[in-house]
Amino acid sequence: MDRDRDAIDGHKEYQRLVKQLAPKPNAAKEAARAFLVGGTLCLIGQFVLDFFRRTQPTEGEAIAATLATMILLGVVLTALGVYDTLGEFGGLGAAVPITGFANTIASAAMDFRREGYVVGMGAKMFLIAGPVIVFGIIAGTLTGLVAWLVSAVSG
Amino acid sequence: MSYVWAFAVGGLICAAAQLIAIHFPRLTPGHFLVSLTVIGAVLNGPGWYDAAIELAGAGVLIPVSGFGASITRGVLQETQRLGWEGLFTGTLEFVGLGIAAGVVFSALAALVAVPRG
Repeated sequence: MDRDRDAIDGHKEYQRLVKQLAPKPNAAKEAARAFLVGGTLCLIGQFVLDFFRRTQPTEGEAIAATLATMILLGVVLTALGVYDTLGEFGGLGAAVPITGFANTIASAAMDFRREGYVVGMGAKMFLIAGPVIVFGIIAGTLTGLVAWLVSAVSG
Repeated sequence: MSYVWAFAVGGLICAAAQLIAIHFPRLTPGHFLVSLTVIGAVLNGPGWYDAAIELAGAGVLIPVSGFGASITRGVLQETQRLGWEGLFTGTLEFVGLGIAAGVVFSALAALVAVPRG
């Protein structure tokens, strides 16, 4: 009987330890990491934006040049293998900035090259970025249409 | 000071996305990229997103919602300049540079870099 009791107590103790030691999804920690990585990428973006605001004639061109430069940065960091590490640490903090968008294009191009240049790299480069462009263009066109009609009506 | 704002606002957007992802584990990063892009595009219809860029700079421009807002900005500008053609030509006015550069440099990366794992 004592052995049974010991076994039951031991099992309970084991259950308690498992519960205590199992990795918990720590929301605060993950959010803090996303904040740190995403914030840092935006900080770099601010340096780039300030540079192009001085050198480009219009705000629109400064923005276009900034987006392109950050996309280039995302591709380079992906090619160097740095962006994978950044993504593992920062989660969506690495994915949500425009560099993360660039990362989806570059990593798909690199991964699918082994399936061929046309049916691999070329076809699958926009596996994740494609929907972003599809829905972005649809949303931009419809929003622009509404704004254009409103401006036509209000003169 | 603009650097503090960019870091804080950009960080907050990413942290908010991360918290939503924890509560909805079935959402992939792709869902967040698409949603944010559409949100940015719609918010810029009345020019609100560009007003936010004036205030928080890269903190709102660098998250992909800034990419979506830039699609709409192009449509707004080109419809005023050209009329209906601008609804379509305008979409890539400000983001075409980045997309084309992304394609060329990604292809280059695939040629020279070996993926890990």
